[in-house]
Amino acid sequence: MNLKELYQEIILDHGKNPRNLGKFENFNKDAKGHNPLCGDKVHLFLKLDENKNVNDISFEGEGCAISMASASIMTDLMKGKSEKDAKEIIDKFLDMIKEKDDINTNLLEEDEKTKLMSLGGVKNYPMRVKCATLSWHALSSALDEFQKDVTTE
Amino acid sequence: MKIENIKKEFPIFNNKIENNDLVYLDSANSSQKPLVVVDRIYDFYTKEFSNIGRSVHYLAVAATNLYENTRTAVQKYINAKNKNEIVFTKGATEAINLVASTFGQKYLKEGDEIIITELEHHSNYVPWHYLRKNKGIKINFAEIDEHGDISLESVEKQITSKTKMIALTHLSNVTGAILPIKEITELAHSKGIPVLVDGCQSAPHMKMDMQDLNCDFYAISCHKMYGPTGLGILYAKKKWLDDLPPYQGGGGMINEVKKNDISYGELPNKFEAGTMATAQVIAFNESINFLNKIGIDNLINHENDLLNYGEEVLRKNNSVKLIGNPKKKGAVLSFTIDGIHPHDIATILDEDGVAIRAGHHCCQILHDKLGLTASARASLGVYNTRDDLDKLNESINNCKKIFNK
Repeated sequence: MNLKELYQEIILDHGKNPRNLGKFENFNKDAKGHNPLCGDKVHLFLKLDENKNVNDISFEGEGCAISMASASIMTDLMKGKSEKDAKEIIDKFLDMIKEKDDINTNLLEEDEKTKLMSLGGVKNYPMRVKCATLSWHALSSALDEFQKDVTTE
Repeated sequence: MKIENIKKEFPIFNNKIENNDLVYLDSANSSQKPLVVVDRIYDFYTKEFSNIGRSVHYLAVAATNLYENTRTAVQKYINAKNKNEIVFTKGATEAINLVASTFGQKYLKEGDEIIITELEHHSNYVPWHYLRKNKGIKINFAEIDEHGDISLESVEKQITSKTKMIALTHLSNVTGAILPIKEITELAHSKGIPVLVDGCQSAPHMKMDMQDLNCDFYAISCHKMYGPTGLGILYAKKKWLDDLPPYQGGGGMINEVKKNDISYGELPNKFEAGTMATAQVIAFNESINFLNKIGIDNLINHENDLLNYGEEVLRKNNSVKLIGNPKKKGAVLSFTIDGIHPHDIATILDEDGVAIRAGHHCCQILHDKLGLTASARASLGVYNTRDDLDKLNESINNCKKIFNK
């Protein structure tokens, strides 16, 4: 899929109508991500229940279509996942966008993988990889014991 | 050399880039290279290579002469008084760092002030920031007006009895504003303040005349002037180069080296430590030849026509907002489109073979002031045509369609 197709399909859908946009009450974890190079910003909110499952997740942010779409797709598929699974999905996604050809995990449905693979269209554009991974790094940080803001400069 | 046929001189346009004819609108970032410059590098390495200034064998002497020929060519091109006022550096960034570092070392102390402008590229801010951190100097910013312009008055407002240097761009790489350098220099000199000019964006597009501008320092980036990368030029009045301490120590810049002391070489060697970018310097002579063959007046007319045409086309395009409307403008069309992030614009334009830049263009201070995180920028070179600007506009329309704008 070339970048134009990428834009036309998933990115634009999620970029224009992002899911899970906006802060919600009683989140118990959050983290910010910032890409100073292009000014993309994302603030991630997360509620982990007593069993450490993702009860709810949302984001606030501004930025390019790729960063917004990535946050939108990510928050959609993380709902209900355990903390451990969420971390594995993050790792597999980051592997795919940096080097691997596909997402090697059985924690995701095929259509979810397809959506994530479409974001892999940025692979050859290091500047844009940072847009696609910003919210994922923020989620990783939110799940981390020592939450700190991330930057993808 | 006919300007209409100039694209043919640049081999990059001979091939498709990702199945598209290249519409290159990123010359403010770096210009493409004419074949004569590329060939010169190849010939030097294949037929004439030697290091310069050291050995006495035939190749070394010949290479040294070629290297010095470029210095003389640059002297003439920018109308410097003396060829030793031309110092080769690894880039304009290094040229500015050289001045900030050596001038700062010798003349600046805590509480001293320097003036830069809100238009400055990071390379004319960060080197001065080091002095703010290390020496406790203060940096005052001359403010832009609503057109993205810097006036003589806005600089004058910042001058105090503690001002020790005014460092400013000749042509903004974002708003395209051409600053009144001659007038600013006159004012600064009347108060005993030296002036450094960042000439990265002006040198490829304007007539260079150091005697007319009368500034103390002028930094030039060769890769933006149809020359090789890894090369810049610092022009400085001889009194400064004689006066300032060396910047880097090493071979080539010394006179006598003893265990208890070292004396430094004469100009220009004093500021050219180590093996220099020899092939690039020699090839840059061809860039100057190339510019001379076109003729600076022809180049200016051609680029002004393109700039006016580009502004006209983009102004007519709804939802495109041009950034900056300065009194005198050169070679740069920066813009935003409501609701589309500049990086998305640049990526989609790229799919049509239209190469522009998106981001803050190393001018975060300016973008903050304008209330923008980023902008898109189409910048012009001698090889561009009206057709290129039509394609830019078409591609912007495609982009708007994709985003339903």
